[in-house]
Formats: sequence, structure tokens, C-alpha cells
Amino acid sequence: MNWRGIWAIYKFEMHRFARTLWTGLAVPVITTSLYFIVFGSAIGSRMSEINGIDYGAFIVPGLMMLSLFTESIFNASFGIHMPRFTGTIYEILSAPLSAIETVLGYVGAAASKAMSVALVIFVTAHLFVDVHVEHPLLMLLYLVLVAATFCLFGFIVGIWAKGFEQLQVIPLLIITPLTFLGGAFYSIDMLKEPWRSITLFNPVVYLINGFRWTFFGTADVAFGTALAATFAFFLACLGVIWWIFRTGYRLKS
Amino acid sequence: MSESILSIRGLRKQYASGTDALKSVDLDIKRGEIFALLGPNGAGKTTLISIICGIVTPSGGEVLIDGKNWQRHFREARTRIGLVPQELTMDVFEPLISTVSFSRELFGRRPDPKRIEEILRELSLWDKRKTILKELSGGMKRRVMIAKALAHDPDILFLDEPTAGVDVELRRDMWNMVRRLREHGTTIILTTHYIEEAEEMADRVGVINKGELILVEEKTELMKKLGRKVLHLQLAEPLAAIPPTLAEWNPRLSEDGSTLTYEFDAKAERTGIPSLLTAMRDAGIAFKDLDTHQSSLEDIFVGLIHHSKAAA
Ligand SMILES: Nc1ncnc2c1ncn2[C@@H]1O[C@H](COP(=O)(O)OP(=O)(O)O)[C@@H](O)[C@H]1O
Ligand SMILES: [Mg+2]
Repeated sequence: MNWRGIWAIYKFEMHRFARTLWTGLAVPVITTSLYFIVFGSAIGSRMSEINGIDYGAFIVPGLMMLSLFTESIFNASFGIHMPRFTGTIYEILSAPLSAIETVLGYVGAAASKAMSVALVIFVTAHLFVDVHVEHPLLMLLYLVLVAATFCLFGFIVGIWAKGFEQLQVIPLLIITPLTFLGGAFYSIDMLKEPWRSITLFNPVVYLINGFRWTFFGTADVAFGTALAATFAFFLACLGVIWWIFRTGYRLKS
Repeated sequence: MSESILSIRGLRKQYASGTDALKSVDLDIKRGEIFALLGPNGAGKTTLISIICGIVTPSGGEVLIDGKNWQRHFREARTRIGLVPQELTMDVFEPLISTVSFSRELFGRRPDPKRIEEILRELSLWDKRKTILKELSGGMKRRVMIAKALAHDPDILFLDEPTAGVDVELRRDMWNMVRRLREHGTTIILTTHYIEEAEEMADRVGVINKGELILVEEKTELMKKLGRKVLHLQLAEPLAAIPPTLAEWNPRLSEDGSTLTYEFDAKAERTGIPSLLTAMRDAGIAFKDLDTHQSSLEDIFVGLIHHSKAAA
């Protein structure tokens, strides 16, 4: 393994994030606060509890996941798209790095950043509500798994995209709607049929509920099912990346 | 260890667009030499280098580095290779020294500030080490590209058109640097479309055109050809054939029979010109005009390309 090479990419990416550290941190703090002010006060006052959980606390895992998804995709896709765009990818391609090592560098850095943002949201949420995490270790592991999965997905987007606007398309047009419709801020049990059953086809439901389970020990779907679904998505992304490096798709001519 | 450090075998590349950029190229690079790949734009020079460096996927053929396949042993191969690409592409928001250190570590080398300092000093970049890359001039950026390529101490260095758009001073510095690297045992392959550059720098020259390597020769051999001159004689009356009495000089007759061409070594004691002219007079062949000129590398080059076009 070329650990130094992986570390070099990781440091480079983290350095890139550090250049925008303050906006990078201010944005999640401000949006979280806004969510609490809007959802917490406006809706929470009418709907104090969901499944016996205080509404304010209930939305924390959803908020963290929403940011984790978008941050992961954006950071990872930008990280690999930028060198493709400027041409500096030549150096990565000519370095003694295997596909796995390249991906570890970029995805590792993007996942670190995305998890930091999710944790900042977690901390900010404590200013507004009491959140008690039932399974802290599982919660962290789940955070890592989801961040890794969405960073892999972002890496694919960054290679697929032909321009910077396409980097925005996937998060804005697919992930954000799926997250809002996937029970980030409500329990899908509150939906009427057939909407509840239809919602079960939304993969984000499993991601959010798996994460929520680590907080409260209860969720709309069983933790095992959620974990399996997340893992399946993770493997699918790995498969696509393996194919990208094998064929050189949009990386090499 | 064998003499050739790098062997290219039947290397082919057809781009998705259908362009045949390389048509089965075979080439051996000798350990420690400076090899110049000379060819016009679009000849396939960058494609050849990019395949060796792992940036472009070949359609066929293989590259051996010290006898080892460059894909199967990609770690070893790439650790040994440094590349200065044709385009000035870099992370423009990074400070100079971090981008050079990055290159070293990316190639799996232990961080070594001393070595980085040496490289930057040698390329007159040390004073600018903290400068953000986008603030550097084009010439400085070219030096940075070289520093990045040297950062992991490769023993095979590729320079793709290193002096394109570079001022005289940098060109001189670069050539000095290339010579110093060679003294330390680095094998250097550079591409250029300037004949003078190949002439000044290289031990051997390969001429590539339309994806085909049409000649590989010691530069001194080329220089010998360069030392030759050509005599053109415009005849008063066209000839149908060269008379046997002139066969000794082996002249060439143009297709319309109006020009006689004689090639000679300008540095030789006897050029053979006076005797040829005497023989012509005796044979009753008169001429209207004559001129001699040096056959330059350019001539040889143009002639070769002409040849390969005619053959195609
Ligand atoms: N990525 C590419 N896709 C399609 N055609 C290409 C690509 N890169 C180069 N070519 C074509 O391949 C040929 C060789 O190009 P190149 O290797 O860049 O030549 P040189 O470096 O000698 O100027 C040219 O006809 C060029 O247009
Ligand atoms: Mg070129």
C-alpha cells in the first residue's frame, strides 16, 4: 500500500476544506438553528411528540443525515472533478497509486469533512433540545458507513459530471427531495396508505431510520433492514467505482 | 542489467474518435541517455509518453521497464518515472512548496524538506517557495512543473515539449539541468518539434510522424548527414538517362531529366566536384546553372516525412 500517497491526497483535500473553514462551519450552525426555529417552534408547538419522542429531538438524526448526504456528495464529487477539470489529474494517474488508494484519499477526506459537519449539527442541536443517544458507538459507526457510502457516490458523480453544474444536479434534484420525502422530519407511519407503502421504495427512508434507531432505539423500519439497505448501497457504489477504474471511464482516454 | 532501461513493443493507440495516434511503435531507450523524440504537431509524441506514464490506455502493445511490464509492475514503474507534461496544469491556489512536497509524497516518498529545498534552489524557485502558484509567470510555472516531476527522484524523466513558449534564459537553465541530471544517471526522454533542440541536447534522436517512428539514429550519425552538401545542376538539355561515364559519382537525375543532383561530403578533402564537371564536359553535357546547399536536419526530416507519405 502507498500509505504516503493516500495521506498526501487526504491532506491536500483537508487543506482545501480548511481554506473555507469558517463558512464550512457557519453554514451548518446557521441552517440547524433555522430548522429548529422554523420546525421546532412552528410545527413542534402543534406536534410535541412522535412515537413518544420529543419532536425537536426527533428531527436531529434527520437533520444530520440531510447534511451528511449533501456534504458527502458535494465534497467528494468536487474533490475528484476539480483535477479532471484543471488537468492536474495527470499526476494522480501517473502516481504509484492503485484505484483503492486513490479512492481512500479522496473519499476519506470528503467523509471526514461531512462527518465533522454532521457532528457540528449534533452539537448545535443541543443548544435547542435535549438529545440523548441510546447507542453512541453504533451511531458513530452508522455515521461512518453512510458518509463513506455517499462519498463513494459523490466520487462517481464527480467522474460522471461533464461540468460543475452537473455536480449540483444530483444533490439538489434527487437527494434533497428524497430526504424530505423520506421521513427526515416526520415518521412515515404518519402517512396515509398508499403513500406510506410508496415511501418504502425511497432508499433514504432506510438510511434515516437506521440512524434514528441508534438515537432512540425505535424507528419506522427495523435496524437490521436499514443496515442491510445501507450496506447494499455502499457495495453498489464500490462496484461502480471498480468498473470506472477498470475501464478508465472518463478518467483516461 | 541490460542496456535498455525502457522497451516499447508494438505500442498502438486508437482514440475513441477513431484517430490512429500510434501505429505499432517499437523503441528502446538506453540507460542514461538523452533521447529526443522529434515530430510535428499531432505526430503522437504526447500519446506515447502518456501511455508510458499511465495516463492513456493503449490499444495494444506493451512497455517494459528493465524488462518488467509497466502495468503488472506499475508501482515500481511509476516510482521510477517522472513526467513534465506539455500543459501547465497545477493547483493554482496552492503555495509553491506545498505542491512540490505533495508530489513527492504522492509518489510514496518520505517527506524530505532538505531534498525539496535542493530541487527548488536548483530551479531558482527557492525565493518564491511561499508564493501562491497562480501568481507565478508562465516561465516560473514551467519550472514548478519540473520541480514536481523531480520531487520523488525518478531515474527516468519525460519532458513533453519542455521549451515550447519558454524564454531564452529558462531554455538555457533547463538544458543545463537536463545535462546535470544525465550526469547523475537519469535517463531523459524529451519531445520537441524544434530540430535545434534535438540537435543540441540529445544523444539519440527518434523521428515520429503520424503515429509512426520513421527513424531512430545516433545524433552524431544525423550530424554526419548534416555535414553533407548537395549540388544541383540545371542542365541545358534534358537527359533521358545518366551516361555510364558519370556512374562513378552516382548522381541522381530528376524525373523530367533537367536536373542532376550530386551529394557530397563538404568536409572531405576531395569533394569530387571538379572531376564530375570535367567528366560532364567530356560527355558533352552542358548546364545553365548550379547551386550547392547544406542538407540540414530539417531537410532530412522533411525528406523522411515525404518518404513515409509516399510509402503510405
Ligand atoms: N484525447 C484524445 N482524443 C482523441 N484524439 C486525440 C486525443 N489526444 C490526441 N489525439 C489525437 O491523436 C493524435 C496525436 O496527438 P498527440 O499525441 O497529442 O501528438 P503530439 O504530442 O505529437 O502533438 C492527434 O491527431 C490528436 O488530434
Ligand atoms: Mg504533444
